[in-house]
Amino acid sequence: MKINLQSLTIIKAHKSLIEGDFTAVELVQSYLDEIKKKNGEIHAYLEVYEDVLDQAKSADKAIADLKKENKEVPMLMGIPLAIKDNILVKGKTVSAASKILENYKATYDATVIKRLQQENGAILIGRTNMDEFAMGGSTEKSAYGVTKNPHDMRRVPGGSSGGSAAAVAGDLALAALGSDTGGSIRQPASFCGLAGLKPTYGVVSRYGLMAMGSSLDQIGPFGKTVGDAEIIFNAIRGRDPMDSTTLEKPKAENTLPISKHGESKVKGKKATNLKKSVIGVPWHFLDKGLDPAVKKNLDDTISKLKGHGYEIKEITLPNIAYSLPVYYVIMPAEVSSNMARFDGVKYGLHADGKNSIEDYFESRAAGFGPEVRRRILLGTYVLSSGYYDAYYYRANAVRRLITEDFNKAFESVDIILTPTAPSPAFKIGEKTADPVAMYLEDIFTVTANLTGLPALSVPTGFSEIEGKKLPIGMQLTSRHGDESALFQAGKDIEVEGK
Amino acid sequence: MISKKDIENLANLARIRLSEEEKEGLAKDVDSILAYVDQIKAAPIGDFKQQPGAVKNVMREDVIVMTSDKDRGRLIDEAPKREGDFVAVKKIL
Repeated sequence: MKINLQSLTIIKAHKSLIEGDFTAVELVQSYLDEIKKKNGEIHAYLEVYEDVLDQAKSADKAIADLKKENKEVPMLMGIPLAIKDNILVKGKTVSAASKILENYKATYDATVIKRLQQENGAILIGRTNMDEFAMGGSTEKSAYGVTKNPHDMRRVPGGSSGGSAAAVAGDLALAALGSDTGGSIRQPASFCGLAGLKPTYGVVSRYGLMAMGSSLDQIGPFGKTVGDAEIIFNAIRGRDPMDSTTLEKPKAENTLPISKHGESKVKGKKATNLKKSVIGVPWHFLDKGLDPAVKKNLDDTISKLKGHGYEIKEITLPNIAYSLPVYYVIMPAEVSSNMARFDGVKYGLHADGKNSIEDYFESRAAGFGPEVRRRILLGTYVLSSGYYDAYYYRANAVRRLITEDFNKAFESVDIILTPTAPSPAFKIGEKTADPVAMYLEDIFTVTANLTGLPALSVPTGFSEIEGKKLPIGMQLTSRHGDESALFQAGKDIEVEGK
Repeated sequence: MISKKDIENLANLARIRLSEEEKEGLAKDVDSILAYVDQIKAAPIGDFKQQPGAVKNVMREDVIVMTSDKDRGRLIDEAPKREGDFVAVKKIL
């Protein structure tokens, strides 16, 4: 049978796999056919695994066995997923789209991979392109070529998880995993018309994720719908003894020490189920720099929310304008520390120098691309003695002010609404010359990483530009640990289809 | 202003060899990024004190776990050079 991949969701595919409309092998074969047709141009995958059909056969057998025993079949069993190239899958090449790890084979599975593949029976199709070590906002900074936006091949898919977003938007995978340090899931989700979640800091294990900014990084899902993203999030979340930054009480019902939930939440009930959430909009931060189509979509989304019974309130976040400058101090500082591990000795590329010290210089020069070098040098600068107080220490102080602003706002609202990105997808090459112009892409997304708050990009509409329909996304942010509020409101505003 | 010499010093600290052309470009880039992030100097930080967040230290028992030969082999195989069961590097002393 011909499977309609375009309208397929995880929930629909799960139902079809159980009812026998199609098998996991047939489903995977449909995706492999699409990949053969389209990946050459889109370049979403760096590698399609050779054992995909074997994985599908195992899933079919597991589904048949569970049905025979009258047991529940996990929602993700037999579901084909794409994985960002910075998440370890044992025995497979994982390169972070960098030359320095071109031939690196992972020696263990990331916890998220264990949960998806071993505990839930999901199928991993392959590893997706990204900005090198997740440093970028367009997937143009990969060492292996640019990924194109399936909605308009002249445009970027966003980044850094652009390959994962393009794979799902191009019907080359049903859903995907990405990582988000300053917007790297949400901005590509917005550019590609998908739902993308950056979970609460500490809710999803990062064991097996290549570190970029350790106080900022989180793994999260891409889905065609909010419901699909929610299913994957529920499969990967939870405390992990292998990642000491995961929180002990990761469930939304629990009150996390840093959150300020309403009273009904403290008692373990979901306030959001009792009445519709109150949505705050920081208009003072949205009055300039927004593309007119994004502004109109924001207005339309607010009307839609009102129609669903949500109360809309104007809020003020006094220090939010400092978010991006703070981010571009803290992130490079952490990058410069995390990248120190690539030394040409333990793993990865080695280039020979005259002595062992020169081996470092040569290996790192041969292995790291321009954006990675730029951020390492910037991080080295802001951490160097004489500049530490002016930059790193000060940035951490402002980070605290921003977090306090959000916590205060959450005393009177449940969700904060902004666009995900200031504009729809831009053209390939448009922002590569000026690093600061590229950094401005993250203006609305970095706050969630700085504060640790969960944030969801929801596909809310399109803008017609040069004859192409370009997706627009809106971002919802909620209290620490309150992803459920995001999913509920996200489902009320999402717009499906292409 | 970030000079070419500053970039050379940073590259030396970060253990990266740069081409002459790259040094010029990086001096310009780092300058423009620093000009942008300098905004934080105007933020009203008051008397900020570092505080721990929700994340806390997690300790475990110090138990020796034997890694299988296969796993050890995989790890050492990833090293650019190996000699038997050792990772090989240049002479240091």
